[in-house]
Amino acid sequence: MLEVVAEGSGPLFMDPDPDKAREFFRHKNRAMVSKVMSVREAVEKFVHDGDYLAIGGFGANRIPTAICHEIVRQRKKNLIFAGHTSTHDFQILAAGEVFDRCDIAYIIGLEARGLSPNARRYMESGKVQVCEWSNYAMALRIKAAAMGVSFLPGRNLMGTDTFKNSAAKVARCPFTGKLFVLYPALWPDVAAIHVHEADVYGNCRIKGISVADLELARAAKRLIITAERLIPNEVIRQDPTSTVIPYFLVDAVCEVPFGSYPGNMPYEYFSDEEHLRQWLNVEKDPEEFRKFLDKYIYGVEDFNQYLELCGGIERIMQLRAQENLILNTNRR
Amino acid sequence: MADYNTMEMMICAAARYLEDGAAVAVGTGAPCAAAMLAQKTHSPNLVIIFEAGGVAPILPTMPISVGDSRTFHKAIMASGMCDVMETMQRGMVDYCFLGGAQIDMYGNLNSSVIGEWSRPKVRFPGSGGANDFGSFAWRIMVITPQDSRRFVERVDFITTPGYLDGPGAREKAGLAPGTGPYKVITNMAVMGFDPETKRMRIESVHKGYSVKDVQENTGFELLVSPELEETPEPTDEELRVLREEVDPHRYIIGR
Repeated sequence: MLEVVAEGSGPLFMDPDPDKAREFFRHKNRAMVSKVMSVREAVEKFVHDGDYLAIGGFGANRIPTAICHEIVRQRKKNLIFAGHTSTHDFQILAAGEVFDRCDIAYIIGLEARGLSPNARRYMESGKVQVCEWSNYAMALRIKAAAMGVSFLPGRNLMGTDTFKNSAAKVARCPFTGKLFVLYPALWPDVAAIHVHEADVYGNCRIKGISVADLELARAAKRLIITAERLIPNEVIRQDPTSTVIPYFLVDAVCEVPFGSYPGNMPYEYFSDEEHLRQWLNVEKDPEEFRKFLDKYIYGVEDFNQYLELCGGIERIMQLRAQENLILNTNRR
Repeated sequence: MADYNTMEMMICAAARYLEDGAAVAVGTGAPCAAAMLAQKTHSPNLVIIFEAGGVAPILPTMPISVGDSRTFHKAIMASGMCDVMETMQRGMVDYCFLGGAQIDMYGNLNSSVIGEWSRPKVRFPGSGGANDFGSFAWRIMVITPQDSRRFVERVDFITTPGYLDGPGAREKAGLAPGTGPYKVITNMAVMGFDPETKRMRIESVHKGYSVKDVQENTGFELLVSPELEETPEPTDEELRVLREEVDPHRYIIGR
């Protein structure tokens, strides 16, 4: 028996029992069938009120923006959110008030761009029950789940109020006598990850940093993939080294070109800093922000319409030039 | 000596602590500028890493996010969060840079809440990777304005560990021995930590400021190093590289 010497008093939102997870994964379908569907259908089918939701990418980099919008548009509620490396994704979901519980590693902020006034109001309203973690702590919880074990040790958080308000425990190592924090495994009910390429079955390729998405894809009970483009299965099979998410983890494949917009997609397009600044500014006035959301999220059918409102292909071409560090793109 | 502004002073002061061959974990803004400046001047072999997975990039421009594509531009590796954090946990990262809304005399940092945690007056982002950096890196560096609302007697919430409540506290809590806050660089001074008491102390004061100025803008009693000196000013070469190569659009130094 491990000797537990300290315990955080934060709420543990999810059961870390690995056998319950095994029982779920035992029945997950391994059939190699097409999972291509619309974003609307994927969210209707796989995101349920009360679910624990995790979003891949890093804040405003390689995020499944279309899924976040659709969750808000379908007015999902009482979700539990993994506030892990979240920035613009958090801002969207907080705007819809779709979650009422949140594991916090990083929320509210958009890094150097500043804090989201609306997300701050929501988190200060008392409507959301929270538990504190760090980015690596959450990554370890997800990694434990991906490994199929109920906890993993780390050497952070100790001695801080972050630990006191987490649901972690400090225990003594049975080999060395040293102290470690034990992080409970986290199997999200549903996760959404944006990738560069996928085939119709859900075999995925990601270029650039993976953040915690390889672990997240393996930990999530249900997984929605949005992809910049669909590619043939033969291409996947020609170069299996490039596959980072295998199809049997995946429940839905949605082709969403420019799907990380207004976030950055490595090697494709840079973040739209003007649109992100506009979003932060309009949030200062709750009434104006309602109108903004009506225009950009509630009032559109899908993500393509949102892209059109934001400048469409013209804007994307500018952002693609920025991403590729191409100057002098004035065509006139 | 050329004219320079406060931000340029802080970035140049920070860059000098990053010796050639060291590894540093940075965020966006001033820390990233300091690492880039060091790399382009005295530390060509500085390893710069980002928590989202960027390892040893050749930064073409200032990143906006610690996970944007600039952070792995022409990098050695585009990795992931666990790999980067575990490289730090293994003891291979010498320096990290952190900030926060509040810092106390032991270098504890708050980036979570002002007021009661359960009913915060102001909610901030939380740890992000800060607690991890502050737990794993050998030496923690902080760049922040000298302001008695930031330098407080007690932080409302310890998000990231400094020396906690004094000598031996980090080790007692279970954190790796030999780690902790190293330098705090402000617009007025560079502060270190007294080896005996682990309390913050003034080590050098920038030109135009006095120990009194620094103390008056600090909400707790600062110790003063017996070897107190004036912080060396930025050199012409440092300013040239900073202005022409590191931050030509003045995103950071124009603040």
